[in-house]
Amino acid sequence: MMSHVPLLGLAVDHAKKEEEYFKPVFNAFDVSKKWIEDINPDAIILVYNDHASAFSLDLIPTFAIGCAAEFMPADEGFGRREVPIVPGYPELAWHIAQSTILDEFDITIVNKMDVDHGLTVPLSLMFGEPDEWPIPIIPLAVNVIQYPPPTGNRCLNLGKSIKRAVGSFPENKRVVIFGTGGMSHQLQGRRTGLINQEFDTNYLDKFGSAPEELAKIPHEDYLRLAGSEGIELVMWLVARGAMNERVREIHRHYHVPISNTAIGHLILENEI
Amino acid sequence: MAVSKTYLDIPGTFVFDAEHSRLGYPLNMFCMSLSKEENRSAFTEDCKSYMNRFEMTEAQKQSIRDRNWNMMLEQGGNIYYMLKLAGADGTPYEQVYAAMSGDEPSDYRSMMIGGGRLPEGNLYKSDWAKK
Repeated sequence: MMSHVPLLGLAVDHAKKEEEYFKPVFNAFDVSKKWIEDINPDAIILVYNDHASAFSLDLIPTFAIGCAAEFMPADEGFGRREVPIVPGYPELAWHIAQSTILDEFDITIVNKMDVDHGLTVPLSLMFGEPDEWPIPIIPLAVNVIQYPPPTGNRCLNLGKSIKRAVGSFPENKRVVIFGTGGMSHQLQGRRTGLINQEFDTNYLDKFGSAPEELAKIPHEDYLRLAGSEGIELVMWLVARGAMNERVREIHRHYHVPISNTAIGHLILENEI
Repeated sequence: MAVSKTYLDIPGTFVFDAEHSRLGYPLNMFCMSLSKEENRSAFTEDCKSYMNRFEMTEAQKQSIRDRNWNMMLEQGGNIYYMLKLAGADGTPYEQVYAAMSGDEPSDYRSMMIGGGRLPEGNLYKSDWAKK
């Protein structure tokens, strides 16, 4: 689970990692990079939100799964981010699409889409600047821009359905799921800059042990307490739902601020 | 189910709901178009005729000409779309945030480094009315 601030992408791309401002965050990710290198999964399901890059107000899917063989980094207004093309995993992505739809989650199937900083910044944080991304990625885009986004409860349950889908894939694969976005932040209006450390800490505390409780948080509370963009946190619940009921916390980090945002990240593993 | 708008009493915040989305559609799609290099060039060369390609209201066009970010929000703008205009201008996002908050960029940056805007006194419109 992690935030996806675009400024962190800029910091990677422009070699600012050593600056004091960014140091605490990049240092915290050293643990995470080592962790994923050791785990070396077969696939990553990356739950993120598109920021008016692949989708626009013409078409607003609540949940969309990328089933293509590859995804181009998007031009978000200042040229494409110079990161490797994102490799997909069509077999598993299609399997998840079919399985979740039959499980009554009407997910949108996408065969062509560009992926923006919401997806590529988390990859940069976890893998640095490789010539190519080392693991196939299944993008799972969630609408958190047009109100209302899906409820936290719906996200948690979609995650559970994804877990069943991965479990029923004919091949036995090691899959990691990233829930991205958040934590508290507001990027608009006179209240821009809102950060709520108490809200975020509570979220991190309960994420592993009491996700059902977090899934009950109404949209209004996110908007009011965690800032208008803090509502992105519902995406974390998709990832949480895809894990076992009992999990153990491997790593946690929280820092304010990068850009306008409280940065949080958590690594959980299934307790077997 | 009933769709309640109890979020309307959050101060200094525009929730991008159905009303905002309907009003802001042309403005946001104008901003979105700037994701393409050829459109950025066309806009830079002749902003007036470029803006006329979109069915925006005069108030929306004025908010864009003035780079008045809060006015764009009032006119249905969504920040993620608006940031594409900032990107096309080469304006750092932080400058946009500071402008919306009404603070000097240096003050805004200090506030963020100090932990951001606190929730206390910033959760209800009535909190702001007391100020």
